[in-house]
Amino acid sequence: MEATGFSVLTAIIFIPIIAGVVILFLDRKNRDLVRGVGVTAAAAVLALSLAVYFGYDNFVKSDGGLIENQRALLESGAELSGAQMFADALAFEQRIVWVESLGIAYHVGVDGVSAPMVLLTGMVAVAGVLISWKIQDRLREFMAFFMFLVAGVYGVFIAVDLFMLFFFYELAIFPMYLLIAGWGWVKLREYAAMKLTLYILVGSVFALVAAVAMYFAAGAYFAGSGADVFSAAVESGLLPADSGPYSWSIVQLTLAAENGAFAIEILGIDGLNFERFWFPFMFMGFGVLAGVFPFHNWSPDGHVAAPTAVSMIHAGVLMKVGAFAALRSGVQLLPDGADTHLPWIVFLTLINVVYGALIAFRQRDFKYVIGFSSVSHMGLVSMGWATMNLTGMTGAGIQMFSHGAMTALFFGVVGMVYDRSHTRDIPSLGGFIKVMPWVGVAFVIGGLTSMGMPGLSGFIAEFPIFQGMWAASEQITLQLGAFQLSNYYSALVIIAALGIVITAAYVLRVAGQVFFGEFDAERFHDVGNIEMTDRIVLIILGSPLIILGLYPPIMAPMIESGIRPLIALLGGG
Amino acid sequence: MEFDLWAQLPSVLPEVGLTALAIVVLFADIYGSPSARRNVVFISAVGMALLALIPLIWLPDPSLFENGTLLWGGMVNYDPLSQIFKVMLLLAGAVTCLMATGDKGVGDKGEFYLIVIIATLGGVMMSSASDLILVFVALETLSIPLYMLASFRRGDKRSAESGMKYFLYGAFASAIMLFGFSLLYGFTGTTSLSGIADAMSAGLGDNVVAVMTALVMVVVGFGFKISAVPFHFWTPDVYEGAPTPVTAFVSVSSKAASFALLLRFLTATFPAELVIGGVVIQDFWVNLLIVISIVSMTLGNVVALRQSNIKRLLAYSSIAQAGYTLIGVVALQGANDSLAVASVSFYMFMYIFTNLLVFGGVILFIAATDTEEISDLAGLNRRSPWLALFITIGLLSLGGIPPAAGFFGKFFLFQAAVNANLVGLALIAVTNAIIALYYYLVVIKVMYVDSGPDDDVSIAIPRAYAWSLGITALVVILLGTIAVTPVYDWAAMGARGL
Repeated sequence: MEATGFSVLTAIIFIPIIAGVVILFLDRKNRDLVRGVGVTAAAAVLALSLAVYFGYDNFVKSDGGLIENQRALLESGAELSGAQMFADALAFEQRIVWVESLGIAYHVGVDGVSAPMVLLTGMVAVAGVLISWKIQDRLREFMAFFMFLVAGVYGVFIAVDLFMLFFFYELAIFPMYLLIAGWGWVKLREYAAMKLTLYILVGSVFALVAAVAMYFAAGAYFAGSGADVFSAAVESGLLPADSGPYSWSIVQLTLAAENGAFAIEILGIDGLNFERFWFPFMFMGFGVLAGVFPFHNWSPDGHVAAPTAVSMIHAGVLMKVGAFAALRSGVQLLPDGADTHLPWIVFLTLINVVYGALIAFRQRDFKYVIGFSSVSHMGLVSMGWATMNLTGMTGAGIQMFSHGAMTALFFGVVGMVYDRSHTRDIPSLGGFIKVMPWVGVAFVIGGLTSMGMPGLSGFIAEFPIFQGMWAASEQITLQLGAFQLSNYYSALVIIAALGIVITAAYVLRVAGQVFFGEFDAERFHDVGNIEMTDRIVLIILGSPLIILGLYPPIMAPMIESGIRPLIALLGGG
Repeated sequence: MEFDLWAQLPSVLPEVGLTALAIVVLFADIYGSPSARRNVVFISAVGMALLALIPLIWLPDPSLFENGTLLWGGMVNYDPLSQIFKVMLLLAGAVTCLMATGDKGVGDKGEFYLIVIIATLGGVMMSSASDLILVFVALETLSIPLYMLASFRRGDKRSAESGMKYFLYGAFASAIMLFGFSLLYGFTGTTSLSGIADAMSAGLGDNVVAVMTALVMVVVGFGFKISAVPFHFWTPDVYEGAPTPVTAFVSVSSKAASFALLLRFLTATFPAELVIGGVVIQDFWVNLLIVISIVSMTLGNVVALRQSNIKRLLAYSSIAQAGYTLIGVVALQGANDSLAVASVSFYMFMYIFTNLLVFGGVILFIAATDTEEISDLAGLNRRSPWLALFITIGLLSLGGIPPAAGFFGKFFLFQAAVNANLVGLALIAVTNAIIALYYYLVVIKVMYVDSGPDDDVSIAIPRAYAWSLGITALVVILLGTIAVTPVYDWAAMGARGL
């Protein structure tokens, strides 16, 4: 799509920022106004996100739309250009040159992978504001920081400029720190907030160094031996006319990756080239936020310590930011590195899946169960990336959305139970479905989703991931010196499927102990049903799980269209 | 060459203006009516702010001068780089004056402003000096007023001690530096910075050990001024003991002017082409500065973790910041050294405003509560939301978090390092940036999360502070968002002029 003037995505970023600044200037005693501004901004953003999602859906599926174009391209047998396919898949673009001398531009747009994420962020933003309705302590500051956090998260998903991606990524971290440290669970919040912030920052700055190195390598290539590639790309309109050889544009960096700009020898070590050296920095740097083992340690503590709204956005959206950024800047920009490293990283993701589920099973604290279940499910996303084929990666894309809505729903449920019962100790709870039927039903829906029950979105996500693993098994070999491991993905699938069984076990255990069984009417005499705002939260987060489960074409083709350029880059058909 | 006063005057107009301003302030303070005396602060602040416009209005145009950008007999280098640093230093002086107003025993004395103006004059001269003689005169014009300022609160033991310490260390460092200068002059028979390089490449002073000795001595002098390890020992004590507005001024002016001069000195006197006895001199100073940079940032950050006094914390933080900035200087070895120079200029530009913002907030806090402990900042958000917000913006900028300017500042430095093939140094620097973020975040957490005994006692912000803090905070945010391009391009222009 041609870069147009104003994009709705710009409005999506700036509405929360403006709302946040406005809220900071409001009278702190006027809580209703603070809530009103917050919920209005969040609702407006959700509405715009829906417009973006369905607008993009139309762009993908319409006659002569993206899917038909991609099919025609595949059938034509022409040589595939991942950069060109990626650029063609972008919609709602806007580009303003920011620092011209360094090739930094404010460039936003969505593709098939990011459009569902934009929708997810909108949903969780509204749910987060609604579930924070009752906060008493410094509501004004809470709401303002929450708005800044939402804006930062949006920014990462829609950035088409690698520098912008980092800018928004770092922008999201500081409000998150304050939200957890200031409003979290008193016992743990300072420790958890600092741990989480430092983990995430360490990852991102190492990735930043990798990005700077890529920027110079690509620039040197386009200014030198790749000058004709560059001028051809400018002529064909792939790159804007005002771009220079040194640029942070993801399209341009993808083009560089595709033409071998990153295949340069470094350090003089045989077999180690630029891409292979920097890929772990890039992928694992962002993988920290996606909770990839062994860097998952911040996540359960962080989620448990955070206030409900922040847990929701954190587990629901921020972990996807990590997985998304690892895909966009790791796999997409360093495909050869992905080929080399993902075959062993897949073992880490397997540990995520099984070990996370096992630990979740052992927890007594309701919120820790959900925290570790996030670690387990996010492992499936990274595992999907590691398949490096269309089926598996599409499944991972769906899993990002499905898990986002599901885990936000879980944290909402935990928050609602905890706010009324003041305990999260699973054995001492029981029979809550009698007093809060809505919450109980929502938990069961979420639980079935996380087990991968057909008819719910979890199945639509997990099944293709496993299928992709099988399919990948024959293609991928892992070379460790003289030792060669091949056809091992299929073995991993079987073990990973164990994780699903364990998931079923802990979900059923929690459901049985918290929502069914005896209700201690004496102890929980003041526990009542939930308010309207809470019901809206449950509806917003629960209904997509069912809709997507019953009607996958609402999302699957879109994500597939976003994955195809990556497959072309990875050298697959 | 014909001497054309009118063509050459703009190059020293800020210096002339500062001298005139100093005289005006002196007379207004001595002979003025009480109301004129009260207005000394505004005369100084507005005067310096207006002088900061001069380098923006008369942009240097080298084509005007036959002899390149060297004017006044080769003493003054009239290039864009000097102009950037002049603007910075003048604005720093202006903001310092505004921030000193409320400080009892400091801001109510007219001579304080006079001394600040003279020190700024020294800094401004330093940023364009290109001759050993002027370098040293400028350096001392900057330093001696700073010694006086550090001990400004004579009755206070800590202030007197800090002034004495600063003076002793400073005089020692100056003497070593001067010895280095004399060696360079002795080898080459010239005092012009670029002339020394020409003479050395022509074969004069081809004793490589002697040249390196001179170089090390000069670096010692600079290391003291920018408080790099191992010449940093004065920093925590002086920062803690000196009146806070003075600390703010010392932390920015002397550092910025010294970095301007360091860039010029290293590029002009020890350029990449200079090879003596088969030894590339640039390799030597690059390695020397890499070590100093790594040690400075690591030691500064690690020791800062243990501080409980906010001024000492900022002192160690400023040692670490000097280490980061040195990365930009070291990156001069890269193929594209304009990235390096631009990154240092931009970093100093944003650092001046950032540090003044933090110190301004701290001055106000200390004046209101009479304590410097970090734990006493607890609940500042409830006592004065604006003050907490200003300090937070400053700390975020120091930590390198967007949208504050520090993010771009650090980014440009790391970029320059990677460009110069110093990936290892860049990785060490980012690790350090994380350590630093820990203690900045702790301070922010204390202000926003902890509750203190005086939570209900609000702190009012006087008007002069509201203006100075508000403007600096705005500048810090703008430098991190929409103002990046013009300022960075300006800095890059300065780099090309070198």
